[in-house]
Amino acid sequence: MVKGNEQIVLSRRRLDSRIIAGVCATAAVAALVGGAFAGLAASALGDLSGAYDAFDLYLFRVARFSLLQAGLSTLLAIAPAIFVARAIAQYPSFPGRSALLQLFAVPLALPAIVVALGVLALYGRAGLITALPGFDDPRSWSGIYGMRGILIAHVFFNMPLAVRLLLHALATVPGDHWRLSAQLGMSGWTVFRLIEWPAFRAALPGVAGLVFMLCITSFAIVLILGGGPRATTLEVAIYQSLRFDFDPARAIALTSVQIALTTASVMLLSRIGTPAHNHIHSIDQGHRYNRPGHADATLGVLLVGSATIFVAAPMAATVISGFHADFARLLGEPAVWRATATSLAFAAASAVLCTALSMGFVSARWSASRSGRPALSRTAWIFDAGASLVLVVPPIVIGAGWFILAGTAARISLLAPLLVIAVNAVMAMPFAIRALRPAHDTSASRHDRLCAQLAITGLNRFRLIDWPVMRQVLATAFVFAMALSLGDLGVIALFGSDSVQTLPYLILSRMGSYRTADAAGLALVLGAVCFLMMTLSGWIGQRESR
Amino acid sequence: MRKVFPLAVSVLAFACAGSGEALADGTLTVYTYESFTADWGPGPAIEKAFEEQCRCDLKFASVADGVALLNRVKLEGKDTDADLVLGLDTNLIADAKITGLFVPHGMSLDNLTIPGGWHDDTFVPYDYGYFAVVYDTDTVKNPPRSLEELINGDATTKIVIQDPRTSTPGLGLLLWMKHVYGDGATFAWEKLAKRVLTVTPGWSEAYGLFTSGEAQMVFSYTTSPAYHMIAENNDRYQAASFREGHYIQIELVAKTVKGESNPLASEFLEFTMTAQFQDIIPETNWMYPAAPTSTPLNSAFDKLVEPASTLLFDSEEVALNREFWVDEWLKVMSK
Repeated sequence: MVKGNEQIVLSRRRLDSRIIAGVCATAAVAALVGGAFAGLAASALGDLSGAYDAFDLYLFRVARFSLLQAGLSTLLAIAPAIFVARAIAQYPSFPGRSALLQLFAVPLALPAIVVALGVLALYGRAGLITALPGFDDPRSWSGIYGMRGILIAHVFFNMPLAVRLLLHALATVPGDHWRLSAQLGMSGWTVFRLIEWPAFRAALPGVAGLVFMLCITSFAIVLILGGGPRATTLEVAIYQSLRFDFDPARAIALTSVQIALTTASVMLLSRIGTPAHNHIHSIDQGHRYNRPGHADATLGVLLVGSATIFVAAPMAATVISGFHADFARLLGEPAVWRATATSLAFAAASAVLCTALSMGFVSARWSASRSGRPALSRTAWIFDAGASLVLVVPPIVIGAGWFILAGTAARISLLAPLLVIAVNAVMAMPFAIRALRPAHDTSASRHDRLCAQLAITGLNRFRLIDWPVMRQVLATAFVFAMALSLGDLGVIALFGSDSVQTLPYLILSRMGSYRTADAAGLALVLGAVCFLMMTLSGWIGQRESR
Repeated sequence: MRKVFPLAVSVLAFACAGSGEALADGTLTVYTYESFTADWGPGPAIEKAFEEQCRCDLKFASVADGVALLNRVKLEGKDTDADLVLGLDTNLIADAKITGLFVPHGMSLDNLTIPGGWHDDTFVPYDYGYFAVVYDTDTVKNPPRSLEELINGDATTKIVIQDPRTSTPGLGLLLWMKHVYGDGATFAWEKLAKRVLTVTPGWSEAYGLFTSGEAQMVFSYTTSPAYHMIAENNDRYQAASFREGHYIQIELVAKTVKGESNPLASEFLEFTMTAQFQDIIPETNWMYPAAPTSTPLNSAFDKLVEPASTLLFDSEEVALNREFWVDEWLKVMSK
């Protein structure tokens, strides 16, 4: 009896420490965003007119367009991703599989202008597409400017991301299910309906929400490929309110609209899907016992093939234009090495912070949803989708707010690197959370009771129980966060200056001084670094699973 | 060349500039934009030349571009570390003066070679350039010879322009059209819109699209071809000369209240007018010198378009109307 009580006490203490971790993570994120808003609000108090003036017909049009393009982009990225992920999962060990997955991680890390030029190298007015029969007069091809261009670029960014996340979701399907389905001789369609779709369905609201948020805040891609002011997103309006006008009141009003609209959309998405189940099984990168049928296999090869071409072709164009650069000179420039080192150091620091925060959110969500206390269960939402909403706060808003708070240049120069690291960490968090959660929840559901019984807590528990199981996904989350931070320009553009120069910053700075070939070469370097990092994480993963 | 980093947002580019060091004896702090201090920009050579003359330490602190510079100055106010601010242009100085941060230069500007002349007691020009439509001679055989021809030309020959909401060249085109067409500007934009392939957030993206062959024309500067001719030995890209005249961009430097007590600030202002400073400008900033140089410019500059007349709005007028004119532009371009 005494023992029993002790067990309950232990497990309760365990739960609480996780929630505390989550509360700390939430507080950190809230402080970053809230601080920025406070700074802007303080300076907006002098003149609130901008906030009222923000609500006009123009805002309505901009908001409508933001939602429309983000919705369509999400749909077009997710729908093919489901089938591509399924096809890839069917063959756990085809040659080039890991290279393919590494390739799929690169797009998100590329600066928007690099992607825009890559996409245009194919579909543009001077693109390869004009060499196809039927293009007698390339001048008559108006290019892909407009909604088409936006959608192509957004699918290029997000379809590979969705594939990777959905593969993670499939990996949570227990090995028994595959064995059983093979024994029962299920057809491909039945397997999809009974095994794969439920796994996808659990993950889809989250993945779709993430893609939606990335698309709704898109800015440079939308303006460049959208053809101009017709294609204006809220993000552009926010940017403008802080750039030429420096009107903090308007910036706050617009940011609030963006947050409100996105929250509503993401909540709607989560209602359409079913909430994630708490999977009680191991993560099994899945030996498959049943071979897909002939037609299914052919379709799979076609799907994966075309997805690969779709993703690889613009990147190949980037590589080709990168080779025009004078690498001997570029690699001899101290500025390039400095920028690479700065990028890597910042990205590593962001990734550490990001992984730690994400673990806090993930474990708190788990504890809150299992606490059995309704009040606490409801807070699980905060630790889940709530944490992702930070994605829709434009980095320029965070930067501007903190700048006002810091006041003097001396403090700003101290603050800048920290802010860059913190903002990148927070922006990468939604991705890391998605990578960590399934593995964490599975491990927790398996081990919580055992740990409580054996009184394994704290660091011991992490070292003995969680670390061995989570090592691989932690590495994945870390590297993913690092790749994302590497390519980030939004924050860097705000703070970059002579002493904080990263690779993406250097790319734009070369482009801005006619040195387009240099920029292309540096884009290639950036892409290669990302690819190498993904390879590294893949290698860690494989070593682990041995 | 303030076009750099369009994307680069900015309010904050602040960050590391200034680096917060207290003004030591013999230190001069100059806030400027990034492409000025880049390895290939005028900054390094100017720093060396001035330091040899003054036996002091010249420190540049750079932010993304001219607009970022203005925002920084607005925010820092009188607490600023800057003795001088270098890189605002005529469209921004009305806003800059409201801050009360800048003090009169108190020097003679007779030496200046700015077309149309320059009279301001606070801001000193150090270079200038003209906006222009740059075209690809491989694909454009009959370049437009006026704004009128540009807006009425063949709609399949496309131009990439910049967004005046986010970029200074974008604002330049807006002002040029307004200067030439006045109240008829809306109608002119409606016609030009047919030839616009896309509108980019900044100069870099636009020029990148142009050199990658997406569009046959781009909105840039008359001096852009000089870069290609001198640095790349390539005369494929040329600027079109427009009959109505070209809108001018003048880049300026001014002393702050903090610089008033630093004798080096005045010394640097005088230095910007010397041939030593001006010699460096053309082939690093790709703009025209604002005062005489010691030797003639590279012969490539002789081949550039020489505008028939120079167009420029008064900076007060721009400050007063910018918002309204941008809204007008938006209405047309978002149709």
